[in-house]
Amino acid sequence: MSELHTISVASAVKGLRSGAFSSRELTKAYLDRIERFNPRLNAYLHVAADSALRAAASADRKLSKARKTKANLPPLTGLPIAVKDVLTVAGMPATAGSRILQGFVPSYNATSVQRLLDAGIVILGKTNTDEFAMGSSTENSAYAVTRNPWDEERVPGGSSGGSAAAVAAGLAPVALGTDTGGSVRQPAALCGLTGLKTTYGRVSRYGLIAFGSSLDTVGVLAHSAQDAAIILNVMAGYDPLDATTLEGKAPKIKLNGKTSLKELQIGVPKEYFIEGVQPEVTAGVREAIAQLERLGAKIKEISLPHTEYALPVYYIIAPAEASANLARFDGVRYGLRVEDRNLIDMFSLTRGQGFGPEVKRRIMIGTYALSAGYYDAYYGQAQKVRTLIRKDFEDAFTQVDMVAAPATPNTAFRIGAHTGNPLEMYLEDVFTLPANLAGIPGVSLPVGFDSQGLPIGLQLLGPHFSEELLLQVGHVYQQAADWHTITPMTTDA
Amino acid sequence: MPLTRQDVEHIALLARLHLTDEEKERFREQLSNILDHISKLQELDTSQVLPMSSVVVEQSRLREDVAGPAMSREDLMSNAPDAADDQFRVPPVLEPGP
Repeated sequence: MSELHTISVASAVKGLRSGAFSSRELTKAYLDRIERFNPRLNAYLHVAADSALRAAASADRKLSKARKTKANLPPLTGLPIAVKDVLTVAGMPATAGSRILQGFVPSYNATSVQRLLDAGIVILGKTNTDEFAMGSSTENSAYAVTRNPWDEERVPGGSSGGSAAAVAAGLAPVALGTDTGGSVRQPAALCGLTGLKTTYGRVSRYGLIAFGSSLDTVGVLAHSAQDAAIILNVMAGYDPLDATTLEGKAPKIKLNGKTSLKELQIGVPKEYFIEGVQPEVTAGVREAIAQLERLGAKIKEISLPHTEYALPVYYIIAPAEASANLARFDGVRYGLRVEDRNLIDMFSLTRGQGFGPEVKRRIMIGTYALSAGYYDAYYGQAQKVRTLIRKDFEDAFTQVDMVAAPATPNTAFRIGAHTGNPLEMYLEDVFTLPANLAGIPGVSLPVGFDSQGLPIGLQLLGPHFSEELLLQVGHVYQQAADWHTITPMTTDA
Repeated sequence: MPLTRQDVEHIALLARLHLTDEEKERFREQLSNILDHISKLQELDTSQVLPMSSVVVEQSRLREDVAGPAMSREDLMSNAPDAADDQFRVPPVLEPGP
């Protein structure tokens, strides 16, 4: 069973059901690889080996009983998963990659996590992230720099870089991430994975440590659209603990590899094929779009005219929301406290020492943009331009079913390449930010490699709640292309 | 318009962030660059545009005001840096009088 770690989610679930292998064997296969490769990759911040093995043993008892009695079992009984360390798991440390939450152990599960646990999942551990999910490389983690399994001198992307590296290197079959400005799609692209960013309101944000509350979404990093769909089906749907979730039951997604793309209209926005994008990325994405055309889709050039304003809008709205959300970290109820005789100084010293440079920068930008005299010029104007960006997509979706574009302007960059220049780092997210501003879903798919052997990502963006269509097209593509089945050499053997 | 050191100190005070001298200078420069980039938004005429105040497609709604299960006080207090008698302890808010 040495190849258990390369198994798909669907096959893992099937194998667990039939008894081809046990949850303990499967979980152990991943824990062994974590022990072997995590010291190099730093994908996980916390490995929950003991509780995972206990959960696996309990799953095995249920599986074995159900094989005899033919009883129904929760759909993912015994399947291991990794969870980004911005989602709470009761009893496991939750750091959000920040010093300020060192030692914090939440007593409750995020709704997304709770639903997976109810479905029978086994949690392997918590994965590294840029501090409070602010970053595009996972270098902003206060704890460790995660390395890209395709080239360990390069970043895995971020902020869900730990989850991406874990899945790419076979340290988890699938992982939860979060996407506020591209934090699932961008690391998925840089690590050769399928990344699903859900519609705002599709998956509950309860228990997601808040960064930008109008932008934050829970998503999945997986080897395939099929695997991502299986996890989404369990997580999606109304939650009374998150008033922005869509009421009613979320439809169960069923993918069919034989579906024809003949009726499908795909828009290619010219604003995403511009100078400054790595030419091999543009070429790889164009080839993938050509393949979708060969599969029957109609391709049409379109325009999303306000694309160039997405970055400035995002870097007002996200920091503004962050500055309010992160006000709760004050050394009183949880996490770090730096003692002082005076209350206000205790707050300031705790926050000054507890937050890293990128978090401080964003709190400062947000505070400035919301402060007296600047509110209208910055925040007010950004909210208006956000309307225009959403309208760009609404207009596009009257002509086409979805949009196809590069997920990132470049393949994985070197560790340290942008750490001295925050604006350069922000530009790595330029193609993923618009979807968060509009609240729409997106899927990033591996569509090839550049000349250095680094993965290239295509992203598909669709109207609100079009996850099924996006994953369906991803699934049909992945029946015809095999990029998603290629794994990095460095962690082979 | 580049930020001054006084601007940086004012924002840090509002945000309750203690910064070192070195951080103040670095942030002054970096935040000025970022704000300069952001000011690109000013070139758009948005006089006829409504601000996007909600991301959710449907109307927001009210729920019934009924009490649900609460988390245990003990669990919640267990993460406190300093607590006593089921309460969070903090430094004095008011200095003792003369």
